[in-house]
Amino acid sequence: MGAAALAWIDKMITMKFLYLLVPLAPLAGAIVAGLAGRAIGRAGAHGVTILSVLVSFLASCVILADVLNGNTFNGSVYTWLTSGDTRLEIGFLIDRLSALMMVVVSFVSLMVHVYTIGYMAEDPGYQRFFSYISLFTFSMLMLVMANNFLQLFFGWEAVGLVSYLLIGFWYTRPSAIFANLKAFLVNRVGDFGFVLGIALILAHFGSLDYATVFGAAPAAAGQTIELFGGTPWLLLSVICICLFIGAMGKSAQFPLHVWLPDSMEGPTPISALIHAATMVTAGIFMVARMSPLFELSQTALSVVLAIGAITAVSMAFVAITQFDIKRVVAYSTLSQLGYMTAALGASAYSAGIFHLMTHAFFKAVLFLGAGSVIIALHHEQDMRRMGGLRRYLPITYLTVLVGALANAGLPPFAGFFSKDLILEAVHASATPGAAFAYWLLVAAVFAGGVYSFRLVFMAFHGKPRFDTAHPPHESPLVVTVPLVLLAIPSVGAGWLIGEVVFGGYFGSSIVQKFAGEYHGLWAFMAHGVTTLPFWLALGGASLAAYLYLLRPDLPKRIAIAFGPLYALVERKYGFDELYQWLFAGGARAIGTGLWKGGDERTIDGVMVNGSARLVGWISGVVRLAQSGLIYQYAFAMIFGVLAVMTWFVFLAPRT
Amino acid sequence: MTHTVPLLSYAIWVPIVAALLVLAAGGDRNAPVQRWLALAGSITGFVVTIPLYLNFRLDVAGMQFVELAPWIQQFNIHYHLGVDGISLLFLMLNSFITILVVISGWSVIENRVGQYLASFLVLSGLLNGVFSALDAVLFYVFFEATLIPMFIIIGVWGGPNRVYAALKFFLYTLAGSLLMLIALLYLYGKSGGSFAILDWHQLPLPLEAQKWLFFGFLLAFAVKVPMWPVHTWLPDAHTEAPTGGSVVLAAILLKLGAYGLIRFSLPILPDASRDLAWFMIALSLVAVVYIGLVALVQNDMKKLIAYSSISHMGFVTLGFFVFNALGLEGALVQMISHGFVSAAMFLCVGVMYDRMHTRMISDYGGVVNTMPKFAALMMLFAMANSGLPATSGFVGEFMVILGAMKANFWIAFAAATTLIFGAAYTLWLYKRVIFGAVANEHVAGLKDLNGREFLVLGLLAAAVLWMGVYPLPFTEVMHASVNELLRHVALPKI
Repeated sequence: MGAAALAWIDKMITMKFLYLLVPLAPLAGAIVAGLAGRAIGRAGAHGVTILSVLVSFLASCVILADVLNGNTFNGSVYTWLTSGDTRLEIGFLIDRLSALMMVVVSFVSLMVHVYTIGYMAEDPGYQRFFSYISLFTFSMLMLVMANNFLQLFFGWEAVGLVSYLLIGFWYTRPSAIFANLKAFLVNRVGDFGFVLGIALILAHFGSLDYATVFGAAPAAAGQTIELFGGTPWLLLSVICICLFIGAMGKSAQFPLHVWLPDSMEGPTPISALIHAATMVTAGIFMVARMSPLFELSQTALSVVLAIGAITAVSMAFVAITQFDIKRVVAYSTLSQLGYMTAALGASAYSAGIFHLMTHAFFKAVLFLGAGSVIIALHHEQDMRRMGGLRRYLPITYLTVLVGALANAGLPPFAGFFSKDLILEAVHASATPGAAFAYWLLVAAVFAGGVYSFRLVFMAFHGKPRFDTAHPPHESPLVVTVPLVLLAIPSVGAGWLIGEVVFGGYFGSSIVQKFAGEYHGLWAFMAHGVTTLPFWLALGGASLAAYLYLLRPDLPKRIAIAFGPLYALVERKYGFDELYQWLFAGGARAIGTGLWKGGDERTIDGVMVNGSARLVGWISGVVRLAQSGLIYQYAFAMIFGVLAVMTWFVFLAPRT
Repeated sequence: MTHTVPLLSYAIWVPIVAALLVLAAGGDRNAPVQRWLALAGSITGFVVTIPLYLNFRLDVAGMQFVELAPWIQQFNIHYHLGVDGISLLFLMLNSFITILVVISGWSVIENRVGQYLASFLVLSGLLNGVFSALDAVLFYVFFEATLIPMFIIIGVWGGPNRVYAALKFFLYTLAGSLLMLIALLYLYGKSGGSFAILDWHQLPLPLEAQKWLFFGFLLAFAVKVPMWPVHTWLPDAHTEAPTGGSVVLAAILLKLGAYGLIRFSLPILPDASRDLAWFMIALSLVAVVYIGLVALVQNDMKKLIAYSSISHMGFVTLGFFVFNALGLEGALVQMISHGFVSAAMFLCVGVMYDRMHTRMISDYGGVVNTMPKFAALMMLFAMANSGLPATSGFVGEFMVILGAMKANFWIAFAAATTLIFGAAYTLWLYKRVIFGAVANEHVAGLKDLNGREFLVLGLLAAAVLWMGVYPLPFTEVMHASVNELLRHVALPKI
């Protein structure tokens, strides 16, 4: 064994240590801040969690560099359980996809941790908040680092739990605890599908390990199962659609999107971290991770594409009608998630992940910027009471402007590259339904231009509509520094398109079917500005400028002119009311019916108490035995047992 | 395989002897002495089960730590004990829960303290007897005898409607066990005068006879599980029982029915079990879905958790009858986990009841404001009850769903609805009771957990997390016995 080999072993041990360090450091931070929060105080809580996430971020960077040098890892950490011939493990898969996600997650998380110092400064639940967001970081990292479906599901549910805890962070507010229950239950509907998909995988592939399943999948491509008598279904289509239902819950795709807007009840830092940049993209990540399976099912891809396109366009139009600044950003997130999903449906996994990355930055900026406005205005979220803020909050204004430009997809900002790529991919896609999806997405681009700049113009331009006697002040450094640090990649992350998408960055970590013609950054931009989507985005932005800068009287008149249609969009197409009535009300009605009609009237009323009455009638004859003394009953039982035993001992047939 | 130290006898008799000592310590004047005696007895009772785990041989499918002595020789009845991978963990769970019950009643029970504690200790010994008996008569005696202390616990320390509840409990169980007795007698005759359960496992029986016996056993065991539609005694028994009674009822007594199915019905009547699997699966799924919906609309916290118990036990019977290792071991894991989680949920209600003297959800709201430590622990248990990964509640449900999918997609589909229903009724309960603004002056005056309550709930929290994060130590003791059982069930014995 040579020195080189020894050095190699040494290196492997070190890297494995780093892999463990990435998720466990935030977990340790969460435990310390959660259990010893009072002892270590506020500074202690943010100190220990920020340090732990910083460690995690640095380790992720080292790992990314290592992965780029060609060192990937796929191995088990420990065996979770065994049963029959099933073996379920906890393990890591470190490749280019997971390494990229680790860096994005830990970076955004770090920024949000720092920002929180400012945003939550006045809150009595300060330590608890830091504990939760570190716990979230741990969970999300476990999710992206998983090398098997069990751990994926573990992370999946754990981020859902933290999301639940954080939406309901201000637990005395009725709207917050309604929203967190709603979020959890809607996600559970998705998880229901997800679990069935996982169970199907185990039942048919005998393993939950990614590599094993992906290796066996091509051989199972033609396999069918019968769900309804006589109709064979392609096994992989059923599996992929089940898995995708999970993604629809977590990534808030139509029609399971209803929880995300309400999740804005949580403090703004978590809206940025969980409900924009990271957790909600878990569904996108999962489908990309499962690309070897989805590639084998044209049906599943069509479903994914259609759902993504519908989400993108329907939510973009809702965003135009909202006045709560956070809700505008929330609906914009839904729309952007729709783009990512559509990209997956078009088999452009790398484009979807690329948009996930750029979106993580620019959406975090928009949310944290909105949060900065909200604290400056003492928790005012209604844009009708903002206006002209750019003079008071110059740094916030500039960073939000960057975020809006990126969100609308205007060059050279990050969102332009990833969004344009998705549109190109869907345009070129052979997935059935791609043409339909393309036009929906193009319409969504126009709406995206409108709502992005509507937000900027309503909040930051025009005349102040708040009390100028107490002018708002720019937020402290702990708020503005993360904003600036996130604004930088919101400008520049798109320029990595050559490396990330076309440079074969993802290698074998996801299926690469997207081979666009790429001739460099400038050519890409030059081509982009000649296509329809660019002009639509610009048109949308111009329309917003006209409506909200030049003719601020018009929007209200338009709303009135389009009365019922506008009301439908503004009320989010009525899904909340429908679900509340159909599912929440329906389940309670059925439950009450079964309880009163089934348990009480039929089982107890007829069967049990009927027999009891019969017994009561008989025992009327032997009432003397009913002394009402418990110990007599007890002894009667013992004697009864003895009598029965005597009976069988003497009288039972013996052979 | 015999063992030099009669550990199983210790597990049965140590708590019972401790109970006698507690009673001998006199009346309520000596309550403090009785409490410490009971605590020492329950801890000793648990400690003697630890060597069972440590010396348990993972490669042995059959009975271990066997004790065999003649009892009533002329009828061939033996004092015959032993544990395998299926029963081992239940002895430990039972002995562990007994400690918690003793501690949780420490300052709450003030009248007839000695009798209260002695009842639980006797019950604990008898339950260990049920889980280790290998002679049918011995099993029957222990099985029936457990009713007596439970009956007394509900009847003496129970709530206002305890007479109705106790009567219902009594009638249901009596109706069930009589048929089991007939089944046992039949098998005694058929086997040529043997009460050895393990001999019966090898006994050839025609299908028709197997089916009759199956229903005979089923009625006794289904009432105990309880399976739909013979479950309606449980919500009443739970609401009237004192906290400790609810804890043991949910954590251990409900396991007797499921244990009976796996010790008697499956191995003695494999052909009938296979033939009637569809029926058992159907009843189990009704329990999961129907009871899940009923749980959603309960106004009484204890009733809600009782219904949730029935729904969770549906997973146990479902896992038994899909006939694969994941399903069976998943069912056993679910039984252990349910022991922790349901005990914890009832203790949580007990903690609130001791302060507020009401179980009605509408009397609460905003408890988190005054009891943050309690709220945090109850959140963990609520999540475990909803089957969240990294808690014990996930492991069994997940395994059973995986096992069910191997049998049929739609069975797994119906079972997986628990992800939605379980979360809905548990978290809606949590929302209404714990979250929100302080609802009234009673809630405003609540004191957070005291040291004893914190200890009890903390121990359960540790168990719930351990089993969720690293369930391997729980499942690996089961493998040999479960695989042997599955092999045995697959062979026709007509």
